[in-house]
Amino acid sequence: MPRTLRLILRRLLSALPSVAAVVVVTFVLTRALPGDPAAYFAGPAATPQAVEEVRKRLGLDRSLPEQFLSYLGELARGEMGTSLTTGQPVRDDILARLPASLELTLAGLLLAVTVAIPLGVAAATRPGSWIDHSARVVSTAGVSLPVFFTGLLLVYVFYYLLGWAPAPMGRLDLFATTPPTVTGFLLIDSLLAGEGATFRAAAAQLALPALTLGLFSVAPLARMTRASMLGVLSSDFVRTARASGLSRSTVLVTYALRNALLPVVTTLGMVFSFLLGANVLVEKVFSWPGIGSYAIEALVASDYAPVQGFILTMAVMYVGLNLLVDVLYGIIDPRVRIEA
Amino acid sequence: MTLLSVENLSLAFRTRAGTVRALEGVTLDLAKGETLGIVGESGSGKSVLSFAIMGISDPAARIAGGAVRFEGLDLLTAPARDLDALRGAEMAMIFQNPRVALNPIRPVGKQIEDVLLRHAGLTRAEARVKAVEMLARVRIPDPERRAKAYPFEMSGGMCQRVMIALALACAPKLLIADEPTTGLDVTTQAAIMDLVGDLARESRMAVILITHDLGLAAERCDRIAVMHAGHVVEVAPTADLFTAPRHPYTRRLIATTPRPGVALADLEPIPGSLPDLRGDLPPCRYAARCERVDAACGAGPLPRLAVRPNHLVACARPL
Repeated sequence: MPRTLRLILRRLLSALPSVAAVVVVTFVLTRALPGDPAAYFAGPAATPQAVEEVRKRLGLDRSLPEQFLSYLGELARGEMGTSLTTGQPVRDDILARLPASLELTLAGLLLAVTVAIPLGVAAATRPGSWIDHSARVVSTAGVSLPVFFTGLLLVYVFYYLLGWAPAPMGRLDLFATTPPTVTGFLLIDSLLAGEGATFRAAAAQLALPALTLGLFSVAPLARMTRASMLGVLSSDFVRTARASGLSRSTVLVTYALRNALLPVVTTLGMVFSFLLGANVLVEKVFSWPGIGSYAIEALVASDYAPVQGFILTMAVMYVGLNLLVDVLYGIIDPRVRIEA
Repeated sequence: MTLLSVENLSLAFRTRAGTVRALEGVTLDLAKGETLGIVGESGSGKSVLSFAIMGISDPAARIAGGAVRFEGLDLLTAPARDLDALRGAEMAMIFQNPRVALNPIRPVGKQIEDVLLRHAGLTRAEARVKAVEMLARVRIPDPERRAKAYPFEMSGGMCQRVMIALALACAPKLLIADEPTTGLDVTTQAAIMDLVGDLARESRMAVILITHDLGLAAERCDRIAVMHAGHVVEVAPTADLFTAPRHPYTRRLIATTPRPGVALADLEPIPGSLPDLRGDLPPCRYAARCERVDAACGAGPLPRLAVRPNHLVACARPL
């Protein structure tokens, strides 16, 4: 595996400039935003002197380059500053909230993949059939409806009308006990702690928001799977496989699907990065304590440090995600391994 | 002893622009161990015919009539399960562009193993050994290592050898070779054709060689069928076809083939082009290009004359 390792290292190195750029741009952008944090935190009744006092305490009276240098110094020590709204170090806030966002996104994505790939394959093997048409309808509906609308609709139907889902009030209802944190993923932690009731409660809370994200991501994945499968199914090597009398499942899975998966993996990476951002709205609708809602609250309060921390975290996750896609590519397609 | 017989086979493609009648009344037979060449221009229906025999036609293809019998079994009406058991085991096919005819992301040895596991009833370990054996049989050096290679790591000629190993893995009785040497350089072409010939002789395997290269067909085939616009216009033993062609198209086709002593500039092209196979067509689809055409050609169905016992020609005014 030294080849894969070298590939990973090289990709990480090539990602450094982008991360550096993100650090600079977020710093400048947050300073350029309208709103004066000093005035905000001093409160509406504060005298100008009090506001100046706060400004000085926050270090905002210094020049931009000076502020930037001290920001870099913090980053180098692994710190991201302190949130003025929560009073906690931003790093701790983000580390506490990131698992919630990741659990939600991954659950939504998993849901989407398990639906989209079989749907795309079925649509590609029978183009023009009812299953192809219904796949198209689902896809179109999925992308046309904004996530907050799907989310509200699901809450209305499954919580308000049918009463099947619990209230959209975060990751666990008040009566469930939080399992000891190991991974930060409630589903996994509750299983590790052997708390079945907590697992069920967490799963129930997760169902609707995950479904919301899933519905949205089914569309691009199913369409890409269908298009890619159609191309591969008409290729010469699938004809060879059929001429060799290989079973339908071998032709479809081992020969066609594995080849068709490459563009699907790319799409998967894009959808994942998009979901990390789209989360913000879904987290709001379901009162999900993730990093999206954290960033929005900070932004409204002109609380620079959490916003910078959020964007930097996202950038690092994008880099990691793209790396993962590259590695997956190499696993699926031997030609990529050689080129790298 | 007849291995394969195609009887009056007609096939059409339904397209948005109309129905393309790609094959009409095709009749051919093939004896065990025989090598039959099918020649004709691009678009004459050679590949369509071979795909129809293998049962791997495009989904848009509709069989309009006729029968394809392999050892007495009608392939057009046999259940899919029987056909799957036949394909790759009793009858196999190699294609042009071997590099894209192999799965690009599966080691070639594995692809041969897939066929063996499906048909030969071997265990995985046995299949692996047999796959390497097959690679050795098609004269691939260092077969043990090559079995782990991917198609993109091999040359076109090597890929075609792999295709042949894959096709012959289960010792089929019939091999259809669809332009097997197109896109390969001349030395490789000869080596590949020698290989196919040797392996066919060893196991008395019948071969259908589909090519637009008349010279190649002349060298390698016992009999040759000439196709034009979805019709078989002439079938004859190779020597007879070249010394005494009876269909005007065959004669023209021979005249276009480069041969020693004739300058390229002196080769006569065949006038006109293949007719559009949509809509109404005259009984003889060559009539519009034929210098011998007269009133008899448009009247009544296209005759099929046995000018000699094994020399058939579909022409109202044969040479």
